Formats: sequence, C-alpha cells, structure tokens
Amino acid sequence: MSERRIRVIVAKPGLDGHDRGAKVVARALRDAGMEVIYTGLRQTAESIVETAIQEDADAIGISILSGAHEHYFSEIIKLLKEKSAEDIVVFGGGVIPEGDIPGLKEMGAGAIFGPGTSTSTCIEWLEEKVREKRSKES
Amino acid sequence: MKYSSVNFASDPVDSEDGSLPGKGRFRVSEKEVCRDLREGRKGYDERVARGLARQPEMKEVFTTGGGIPLERLYTPMDIEGLDYCRDLGFPGSYPYTRGVQPTMYRGRFWTMRQYAGFATAAESNARYRYLLEQGQTGLSVAFDLPTQIGYDSDHPMARGEVGKVGVAIDSLADMETLFREIPLGKVSTSMTINAPAAVLLAMYIAVGEKQGVPASELSGTIQNDILKEYIARGTYIFPPKPSMRLITDIFGFCSDNVPKWNTISISGYHIREAGSTASQEVAFTLADGVAYVQAAVKAGLDPNVFGQRLSFFFNAHNDFLEEVAKFRAARRLWARLMKERMGVSEPKALMLRFHTQTAGSTLTAQQPENNIVRVAIQALASVMGGTQSLHTNSFDEALALPTEKSVGIALKTQQIIAYESGATSTVDPLAGSYVIESLTSEIERQALEYIDKIEEMGGMLVAIEKGYPQQEIQDAAYQYQKAVESDERVVVGVNRFQVDEDGGGRELLRVDPSVGENQEKALKAMKQGRDNVLVGNRLDEVRAAARDENLNLMPAMIDAVKVYATEGEICGVLREEFDEYRENIVL
Repeated sequence: MSERRIRVIVAKPGLDGHDRGAKVVARALRDAGMEVIYTGLRQTAESIVETAIQEDADAIGISILSGAHEHYFSEIIKLLKEKSAEDIVVFGGGVIPEGDIPGLKEMGAGAIFGPGTSTSTCIEWLEEKVREKRSKES
Repeated sequence: MKYSSVNFASDPVDSEDGSLPGKGRFRVSEKEVCRDLREGRKGYDERVARGLARQPEMKEVFTTGGGIPLERLYTPMDIEGLDYCRDLGFPGSYPYTRGVQPTMYRGRFWTMRQYAGFATAAESNARYRYLLEQGQTGLSVAFDLPTQIGYDSDHPMARGEVGKVGVAIDSLADMETLFREIPLGKVSTSMTINAPAAVLLAMYIAVGEKQGVPASELSGTIQNDILKEYIARGTYIFPPKPSMRLITDIFGFCSDNVPKWNTISISGYHIREAGSTASQEVAFTLADGVAYVQAAVKAGLDPNVFGQRLSFFFNAHNDFLEEVAKFRAARRLWARLMKERMGVSEPKALMLRFHTQTAGSTLTAQQPENNIVRVAIQALASVMGGTQSLHTNSFDEALALPTEKSVGIALKTQQIIAYESGATSTVDPLAGSYVIESLTSEIERQALEYIDKIEEMGGMLVAIEKGYPQQEIQDAAYQYQKAVESDERVVVGVNRFQVDEDGGGRELLRVDPSVGENQEKALKAMKQGRDNVLVGNRLDEVRAAARDENLNLMPAMIDAVKVYATEGEICGVLREEFDEYRENIVL
C-alpha cells in the first residue's frame, strides 16, 4: 500500500500547561505509525489552524484541561471553515464535562475522549475517520 | 492466606516458658518456633517455595507504583545497615526522618487547607468564608491562568480562560474584594502563583496594610517555584535568569520585612502529576531546592536565614507504603543535603516542611464516587508521612471544578483522619516497619543518584535546558499509560470492574460564562477611576529596578500595586525588560 501515513497535529491551545495527556497521546499516535506534530503550549487558534494547513494534516487533536474548551473548539472549527479546510478532522480530550460534549460535536468536533480513554480507542477512531475522509477526497 | 507459617493449636496449655501471661497460651510445634532470624527465614522461604508449587502468587514480581521491587516479606535483615541515631533520630531533631516537630499531631493537627478559587473575587471570597466556617484552618488561593501568566482579563490570550481554573485578579481592587472580611492577621494564606509571585505578594502586603496588619505579621506561602514550571507545570513567563532574580529578590525582601512568610513552596506535586515516579518526585524537587539555595547564596543571602522560610509541596498517590516512605526519605535527604553540601547549621533551615495535595491524576471520571476512597488513602499516607498541611481533592475533579458539596466531603475526610482514625496519636507510627524503613532508604538512594547526576550535568538549569527531567518524567508517564492499557496495572472502574453509567445528570460546578465580560468591564472602570499619571510613574520605577540588578524589585512593585497598576501592566514592563521564555519541547 502506498497510502500516505496519517498526519496529525496535537495541539495545546490557550494558557493551560497540563501537557501530560497531549504528550502521551502524541507518543501513542506516533508509535501507531502516524506522523505527529506536537505544537507545544500556549497556541492560539490561528497558529494551530495555520500549522495544520501548512503541514497538510489529516487531523487536529486538541487537549484542554482548563475549561476553555468551548472557546477554542469553536474558534478552531470556525477558522478551518473560513480557510475551506473543514475536511481536517478535529477531535480532543481533557477535562471536559459530559454535558458539554454534545455542544462541541454540534460545532463539528468528531470525538471527545475523556479521562480514562485508552490510546488504542483513540487510534482506532482516528484511523477510521481519516479513511472516511480520504475516500471522500478520491 | 494459603501458607501460614505458624499453626496455632486451639487448646490453651499451661507452660512455664513465659511466652504469654495467663490464659490464651498456644502450642506451637518446635520446628516452627523462630529461634534464629536467619534460620527462621530459611525455613519460611522453604515452606513458601513448597506452597508456591501448588498455588503460585498472583504476579511473579511485585513492585511499588514507582517500580521499586517489593519482597514477599521484610524482616530485620532488610534494615541491617540502618543506624537508628544516624538515620532516624528523634522527631524534631536531625535528620528529621521522624518529623520536624517533637510532638507532631499530638500538639496540633496539620493545617487543613483546601485549594480554591474560581470566577470573580467576590465569588471566591464567599467560598473562602464557607470553608473557614466549615473548620478549615488556612486559605489556599487558586488563580486563573491569565493571572498566573501575567495577563489582565482583557488581554487577547485571556479569552475563554478568565475565572476558569481560579480567580481572576487584575489589580489591588480585586485582591481587596478577595479578602473582604477575612482578617489577614489571623489566617495564613497560601497562593499558588509562580512567575508573577512578586506582584501578588505585593498586593497581599498592600491589602494587609489597608486592614491594619503590618507585613511583619502576615503569614502564608507563595509557590514562587519557577523551575518546576519549566519542567512540568507550564505557567512560566520569563527566562530562567531573570526568574531566578525575582525569586532571590523575594527571599531577600521577606527575610527583612515579612519574616513569617514562606517565600517559596518547592513543588514536586506537578512533577508527579506530569507522570514522574515517587523517587523522581523527590529527586527533581530537591534538585530544584538545591538550585534555589545556590542562587540565593550567590546573591549574597545566608542560607541559615532564608533556609528557614523554604517550604515544600508534594503529591500523595495511592501506593500507600511507597508514599509514606517517600515523605520520610525527602525529609532526611534534604536535611543531609543542606547540612553536608550547603554547610547549613541552623536547625530550622535543615527541616523540610511540606504541604501535600492528593493526586489529581489518580482521580477517575468513571464511577467518580470511588475517588472519595482514593483520596482518603492518599491523605492518610501524607499524615503518616508527617505533612504540615494538606489539600484533599474532591471526588468530581476529573469532571470539572468541585462543587461546594464535594469540597465539603474532601475536607471532612481530613477531619475523620484527624479526629477518628487514631493514627495521629503517636509520632511517626510506621517507623521501624521493616518495609517502610527499607523503602525510605531506597527512595533516598534513588533520589540522590538523580541529584548527583544533575549536579554533574551542571545543575538543574542546565538539566532543564537539555530536557533531562522532562524526558525522564515523560518516559515514566508513557510507561504508566501502557501498563494501564495492558491491564498490568488495575484502575478500578477504568480497566477493571467497569459499570455502565450515565453521567448526564451529575451536579457539576459551572463557571458563569459572563465572568470574562464582567471582569473586563470592571477592569475598564477601575482604570478610568485611578490616577493614570501616577501609575505611569510607578511603572517606570519598576522598569528602572528591573534594569538594575543591585536593586530589589519588591519595593517598586508594592508602590505600583498600591496605586492600582494592574498585574498585566507590571508583568508587561517586565516582559519588555526580561523577554519571555520559549518552551523546549521534549517528546
């Protein structure tokens, strides 16, 4: 198979410094054969979207534990639409109350993986989503 | 258990060997009486080996959470090298293994200090007064992220974050509201603030002054530990060099003016939350401590004086035995480092006094009520380890900020340990346990090995630049995750004993989304009402002090906050003068 490896941006938007989850997920995705670009802390929605477009990423994974998830998900998804890049899969995790998840999905988030999710669940989901995305493109 | 080493015959017999007085003596077969430790151990091992053939143990190797192998059984043979007077000593005496006070909790319980703060200063003030009414004995302020990173609430980077993980403080006006009707001369206040610690301390001093409490009477703690921000927590602003200057300026200023203030809380908590092992937590925390002491000595301060105001902050995890040992090891190792390597002689500057918080990372979003039990085990470990103050996490914190009800349960957990468990009635009750002493020595050994390695690299600042502690922590975090996913480690409710649950109806704390907007409006109004020319002058003085390393920055900051210069304005000046730190990404 000559299929391009899945390329994913793992991003920490805003001021939240909790990066254990983001780094563990980044490493697990990399070990699963994906190309991972980890942004580091304190990213703006603009910088994340710009990186994703420049790197021709398949997906953006957002980690937020500070409670700013609604703000950042909506900003990132809005910017992707503005730049006609809404085919990029957006998913995330962190401390996100269950009650907020439907709202985030409505905005366009593909999945929210809460605390305790195994990395394999996340990997399988992402592989499936990217497969769907690519089949639509071809 | 399957193989009991001693069979108690059920019929009491009279005997003259004096083994048990009066009734209740038991017949034990001759070969099972332990007359010699080594012989007895050999016999036990043989009996176990025979038993294992029939019924193996659940695992081939048992380890602590941090990977230290645990023997099946510990006996005096495992602590043969231990010298009571050299290695344990007495409570309140060097090397403080058994505690920093002679009577520990018989004299006074630890300070029950719940970390709290959210939304606006007015709402947080109400929560503090509730906690004080509930019997809490000290305050612990959580600031929101913009405050922790030196941005006012109207800064573009603050959007979506105002009032979320703590209270928003822009100026002295907010600080006055935060402590309204709370007498600063009577409570001690801990503030989790690091990069802009000097600004918030300046505000606290100014509020005290308005309440009629002189700085010399204020007691409390600022976290002020920038090194662990670079390593694990992420709320840095400035590069290491000016950050270390801010810290030593605070040490110097407080030695002279705020003598009851703990000028730093050298924190392993976040290092552990980021995934380190227990030994790494001790190692990197004490290595940070060594770096601060070296920096302050270089700035001309006397470690016998400022050393008395250093405090520490550790995590408490579920692995009970390892955690108890960890606290004891940290205390002994710090005393030895300060005495032997820093030449400190003042006893109070040798003592490692610490705050503990139970481990947020062990809380599960699944079956969250189970977290109450986890927190209780962790809290008990910290008490058995001799903590000076304690925050117990609330059971719903893997889901959101805690509600008033869940915070109440967390606080009551401490009160039950203090008043009902009986475990506080004697000092350092687990001392002398073969396994506890053995683990204490092993953690001390492992931590010292790391500390020496870091010294060889050129000290903690160099090690951080190379990404060394970051890499060690991340490797441990990844190992942990893999162990959970392979079911090697069991987390109840997550990878074993799961139940179907519907969390939709849970009562969670929600921060009013209008907080940011309201805070911005209040800030704008405050700025219109102050003397802006005066503010400009005071900010110029802060800039001048920043440029002159021979000056202490604290007096200029206190003058600036008093005229309502904002935190963001002061940090803005310092950003221009000191530049900003750029993360060294380690993956």
